Amino acid sequence: MPASPRAKDGRAPDVFRPGGWIPMRCRRDEDEVDFAIVGTGAGGGTLACKLAEAGFSVVALDAGPYWRPLEDFASDEYEQRKLFWLGERITGGDDPVQLGDNNSGQSVGGSTVHFQMVSLRFRPDRFKARSRLGYAVDWPIEPEEMWRYYDLTEDALKIAGPVNYPWGPPRGRYPYRQHEMNAAGLILARGCEALGVKWAATPLATISAPRGKAHPCVYRGFCKFGCSTNAKQSALVTWIPWAIEAGAEIRDLAMVGRIEVGPHGKVTGLEYHREGQWRRQRAKNVVVAGYAIETPRLLLNSACPQFPDGLANGSGKVGKFFMVQSNHAVYGTFDEEIRWYKAPPSLAICEHWNYAETGKDFPGGYAFMSQGPLPIEWAGTITGQRGLWGMELRNEMAKYNHQAGLKIVGEVLPQEKNRVELAGETDEYGLRIPRVVFSYGEEDRKLYRHSIRFMSAALEAAGGRDIWSAEDTAHLGGTCRMGSSPNDSVTNADGRCWDIPNLWICDGSLFPTVAGVNPSLTIQALAWRIGDRIRELGRRGEL
Amino acid sequence: MSERFHERFPDYDVLDKWDSPSWNDQTRAVVNRRLHQVPDRRFLSEAEWQILEAVCERLIPQPDRRDRPVPIVPFIDEKLFKNQGDGYRFEAMPPMRDAWRRGIAAIDDEARARWGGGFRELPANQQDAVLRAIQHNDTRSAAWQGLSAKRFFSNLLLREVVSVYYAHPAAWSEIGFGGPASPRGYVRLGFDRRDSWEAEERYAR
Ligand SMILES: Cc1cc2nc3c(=O)[nH]c(=O)nc-3n(C[C@H](O)[C@H](O)[C@H](O)COP(=O)(O)OP(=O)(O)OC[C@H]3O[C@@H](n4cnc5c(N)ncnc54)[C@H](O)[C@@H]3O)c2cc1C
Ligand code: SF4
Repeated sequence: MPASPRAKDGRAPDVFRPGGWIPMRCRRDEDEVDFAIVGTGAGGGTLACKLAEAGFSVVALDAGPYWRPLEDFASDEYEQRKLFWLGERITGGDDPVQLGDNNSGQSVGGSTVHFQMVSLRFRPDRFKARSRLGYAVDWPIEPEEMWRYYDLTEDALKIAGPVNYPWGPPRGRYPYRQHEMNAAGLILARGCEALGVKWAATPLATISAPRGKAHPCVYRGFCKFGCSTNAKQSALVTWIPWAIEAGAEIRDLAMVGRIEVGPHGKVTGLEYHREGQWRRQRAKNVVVAGYAIETPRLLLNSACPQFPDGLANGSGKVGKFFMVQSNHAVYGTFDEEIRWYKAPPSLAICEHWNYAETGKDFPGGYAFMSQGPLPIEWAGTITGQRGLWGMELRNEMAKYNHQAGLKIVGEVLPQEKNRVELAGETDEYGLRIPRVVFSYGEEDRKLYRHSIRFMSAALEAAGGRDIWSAEDTAHLGGTCRMGSSPNDSVTNADGRCWDIPNLWICDGSLFPTVAGVNPSLTIQALAWRIGDRIRELGRRGEL
Repeated sequence: MSERFHERFPDYDVLDKWDSPSWNDQTRAVVNRRLHQVPDRRFLSEAEWQILEAVCERLIPQPDRRDRPVPIVPFIDEKLFKNQGDGYRFEAMPPMRDAWRRGIAAIDDEARARWGGGFRELPANQQDAVLRAIQHNDTRSAAWQGLSAKRFFSNLLLREVVSVYYAHPAAWSEIGFGGPASPRGYVRLGFDRRDSWEAEERYAR
């Protein structure tokens, strides 16, 4: 783990060469940059690139280190915990969410460094859940516009996927060909075929053919613990180097503690901790992109006499409408050897229940995918769900190569009472730590119960024995929702805060609803759109 | 409950791949430390360490490795010494270090409350009964006041013990896991397909 920052003094690590460097234009703290961005993940990394390409001066700070995957990533679950956000958080509510490695990263590149690369689009109607499907709320953006940005983002990341995707309006073929199916994915295929629903190769952000200096995926299966070959198209190996090339500066190991507000109620810069001291970066605009827990935490921790309830919180909605996605699963034992540790864990997908409107008793949707947990994660699932230990556990674990499973990404509906707030305790920087409160709603429970019934039938039809189900959550969303009115949202459709016009948000916390698909492609498409909007507003003199 | 481990991969040792293209230098460095630089006791007291050792012997019995069991307590002690949390704690649970100290003491006290002897002094079946009671929140000792027995057992104790155990190459080998795989990954992905550098199963079910 690099103990001190690598990106400084005019250079940044070259992620494609062990020990390598690339030149990087650096700014001084006292230079008033156009944009200071907090967080360099799916949202912040993409936006840093788009704003730098538009000619703005950009400094993007991240609390995490700047890795060179080829030299820093071991093939080891225990060691690679270093990729996760492990600062203390308190979790409560009726269904307390497990945080840490379950949902958030801390690296240049953010959670995309350890994400599992599933790159899905929202069904268009889901952006208009209220007006078209009768539940939750609408996004303040038109679905057609988001789908245009999906096209652009998928091409930028060379998503590998099928020639014909079986659900939703026609889309072009994916830029790179789909990956070969592993046995774990073929189990999903068997199950779906038996139940008469379609399945497909999952669109994945890992390349199936060489791209520049990156080799194609070698099917090593450690994706959740960092890709040591650079096949994974994380922000670390895409948006970040592109941003630097376009003139942006990245600061690693830089924890932002507070956003500063000037006498006229606009932000003037931020305070951050790097190399043992607190520093100040001046900026004309600040963008917060720390994901759905750290973003509201920073806004709340930046409370000041002018904004005693925290920044951008005139509506009282900062931290509210916190969402996860249900991540329930079924597992079974098979006669064949599956060896699910090989290849990216979710090679096959079924989106039937995102598109079907009959045969379901809940408003949202879910996708389900094949699985491939590595041993520690698998042991955690068996012990956590079934309470096994002793020799019984060791013998159960020895069936590892004969297991397969299906797991959902399920839509959880927004509820105001689910929230992120500040706890009384402070962290090592003296900043108050977050408290996350979550309880499922009745519709959420109907959804995951439905999924367990359906997936159990699929697994059984695929030849599974001793089938059992497990509960879990994944991904985060909400907490600074975008909307059409300052009364019930934190930002407008451009991620611009209603209360403070030079404060922006650009990450998963903007989501008014999360739909039944993994979020990162949507976060990146949204960030690209926000970048284009800011360029346009700048051209019109409206920044 | 059976006390025998059913060996499926008797001829497989993931460490045989140490010098192969499946392992890179950074992985070798990490695993080398795990195998040969087992941390010394720095956080727990001698007594706490001993109780935890006895607990681990029940949670992950290793009768098949009497002379060289996979070490578990040293890595838990190291985590506590460095105060490396998991990134969250449940409301109403004390901070991690505190929870472990109190949890270990409470296990011992639970043993006394049930069987009149410290955990280490009990025979295996009584130790198991104590652990099962704790797992199901069915406790008698007052030492659990302010510490959920069930949460401690499931979310801290058992979770950490299995994480340490299944981080060890011996555990990878016994379940037939391919282990480290970089730069070389895998080629054969379908049903019953095996690359020559993967474990061969000798006995199933
Ligand atoms: C194990 C796992 C697997 C996943 N798999 C998938 C998948 O297959 N498909 C998918 O679509 N999504 C997946 N996700 C989710 C996806 O990674 C996230 O939704 C996405 O990366 C969130 O983007 P973001 O920009 O909102 O935040 P992040 O990408 O998390 O970036 C936030 C960054 O901000 C930094 N930061 C936060 N606060 C501060 C501060 N105060 N100062 C400085 N820096 C700060 C953090 O260090 C972090 O690097 C997965 C997540 C996990 C945990
Ligand atoms: S399976 Fe592919 S994407 Fe995953 S870590 Fe390996 S090379 Fe990277």
